[in-house]
Amino acid sequence: MSKRYSQLFANLAEKNQGAFVPFVTIGDPNLELSFEIIKTLIDAGADALELGIPYSDPVADGPTIQKANIRALESDVSPSDCFDLLKKVREYNSDIPIGLLLYSNLVFAKGLDAFYQSCQQIGIDSVLVADVPTRESKVFCSVAKQYDIAPIFIAPPNGNEDKLKQVAELGQGYTYLLSRAGVTGTETEANMPVEGIINSLKSFNAPPSLLGFGISKPEHVKVAIESGADGAISGSAVVKIIEDNLDNPTKLLAQLGEFISSMKAATQR
Amino acid sequence: MKQHLDAYFGEFGGMFVPELLVPALEQLEQEFIKSQNDPEFQKEFQQLLNEYAGRPTPLTLTRNFSPNPLAKIYLKREDLLHGGAHKTNQVLGQALLTKRMGKKRVIAETGAGQHGVATALACALLGLECKIYMGAKDCERQQPNVFRMKLMGAEVIPVDAGSGTLKDAVNEALRDWSASYDDSHYLLGTAAGPHPFPTIVREFQKMIGEEAKQQIIKAEGKLPDYVVACVGGGSNAIGMFNDFIEEESVKLVGVEPGGHGLSTLKHGATICKGTKGVLHGAMTYIMQDEDGQIEESYSVSAGLDYPGVGPQHAYLHDTGRAEYVAANDDDALDAFQRLCRCEGIIPALESSHALAYALKLAEAATEETVIVVNLSGRGDKDLAHVHRVLEQGGHYE
Repeated sequence: MSKRYSQLFANLAEKNQGAFVPFVTIGDPNLELSFEIIKTLIDAGADALELGIPYSDPVADGPTIQKANIRALESDVSPSDCFDLLKKVREYNSDIPIGLLLYSNLVFAKGLDAFYQSCQQIGIDSVLVADVPTRESKVFCSVAKQYDIAPIFIAPPNGNEDKLKQVAELGQGYTYLLSRAGVTGTETEANMPVEGIINSLKSFNAPPSLLGFGISKPEHVKVAIESGADGAISGSAVVKIIEDNLDNPTKLLAQLGEFISSMKAATQR
Repeated sequence: MKQHLDAYFGEFGGMFVPELLVPALEQLEQEFIKSQNDPEFQKEFQQLLNEYAGRPTPLTLTRNFSPNPLAKIYLKREDLLHGGAHKTNQVLGQALLTKRMGKKRVIAETGAGQHGVATALACALLGLECKIYMGAKDCERQQPNVFRMKLMGAEVIPVDAGSGTLKDAVNEALRDWSASYDDSHYLLGTAAGPHPFPTIVREFQKMIGEEAKQQIIKAEGKLPDYVVACVGGGSNAIGMFNDFIEEESVKLVGVEPGGHGLSTLKHGATICKGTKGVLHGAMTYIMQDEDGQIEESYSVSAGLDYPGVGPQHAYLHDTGRAEYVAANDDDALDAFQRLCRCEGIIPALESSHALAYALKLAEAATEETVIVVNLSGRGDKDLAHVHRVLEQGGHYE
């Protein structure tokens, strides 16, 4: 499955572009509109998707994505609804890499085996469990491998060489590079450059790195790529557009499309 | 010297946190290991416990509380500790660790406000900046403690997210810490959360049981039959149990908040009724729905109103070494009033759950039975709340 990522990065290299990957919470603000939102992300030029399964206690997320989780949960969106929607997304586009982002208790509740098996059946490419650091990852990695799902790890700005080496060795698909400490959100801007970490990761043959946290403007994407990242992930800025246009889905989708296109345009080297 | 501490108690525990927080937790683990082997640290900690906090606390044989002459009920008087509850013990330990790590700022969560008060006083004493996250609902039901914290220089941040209780305050503190670990220590208040907190908090609370053991042996010439403590996150209980775990004749009983009753949805009895899962960084028993979404707990006592429990308690339950039961709001209220009337001691509503179960044990005794209850805190903070409830006819809604 993680072939979709290697295919993507090879194609982008040919075009001399970085990857732009938007994040949204599945089912935000409800399942119907969420499907339209995700289709818009794809149509507007997203290179891959990072999609969150709503959770009651998202401790790695700042206020914007917390609210997205709450909106989805208030629309009674369950993990199995998310899987149904993901199936439709995969039918809509068979090539785009799809990564899931969620919290460990949702995986434990379904059972690791059942969870990763469902991911494989639907055509999910990667899974990032936000509260499973490398030191707790053994059983997650082994089940993920069994179902050919790429485990994604976070390279933190405070990680020493040992940590970065572990991240490089355990991760597949891509490496989630943090631009700064803290939680997700545009309240604190990305703190670039991160060349030192990128160089370390490269020396350990880590999967391509995507820079996330605080990426909200085309300039951020441009700087990320100039710093040597293979692309950028933007979550809260995307989700904010949803939050700001809840009463006007047409405007919501239009603004979202424009934002994604402008961010994608900044990936040209 | 040991390089690392075990992160697990059987299958429970672990460090389920964002990668960002791992270095901060590992730094804390290392500093704790070093401090355990440092006579200077031990000396300062002991000195603070003795001369500032008022240790050792007495063990009091109740005169009138037991309903059965065959059953003697002793109280370990953590209510007499400076700050009004056992919380002060471990806060002093962690505050000293904060200084050793060269960090200048402390963040903490609080439910009933007791941990917040303890953190605020330790920070005032040791010159640390202090920020306390407290559920908005808890701020309302524990007004006096909010004021106490502010008096001692702490900044109190009400948390509106989620249920506005302890769980949400922990989330917010974790979020703060993931941006501020360089200069801040997260002073977690109970024996739950990610490794190494469950171990550190136990080690900084274990003097409760050590003292109680010596005191009961002096008073009775033998070990007690039962040791009883209330369990929310479980710090007073693990501190009380620890030195008795090896004493197999002693029955350990943790009393969880039964709220309106275990057959209702309004309780916080995580071990009695919960299932295995991850909350706030540890694999333990939690209250959750089928999908793994965390459910809101309920208890009349803010300090027990938590949908998780310390991982060592989950382990002690699964191995059968300790028994976990529940006392309802009404039972706790009855025990609260009975202790006031019989002994002239106003207990915390949290501790009243343990008292309620001790009364049941005493009533059922058919031979001489010695029961030690950890009176983990005093009830001053609960007066307005209990007053309101009694005026409404004595039933919690």
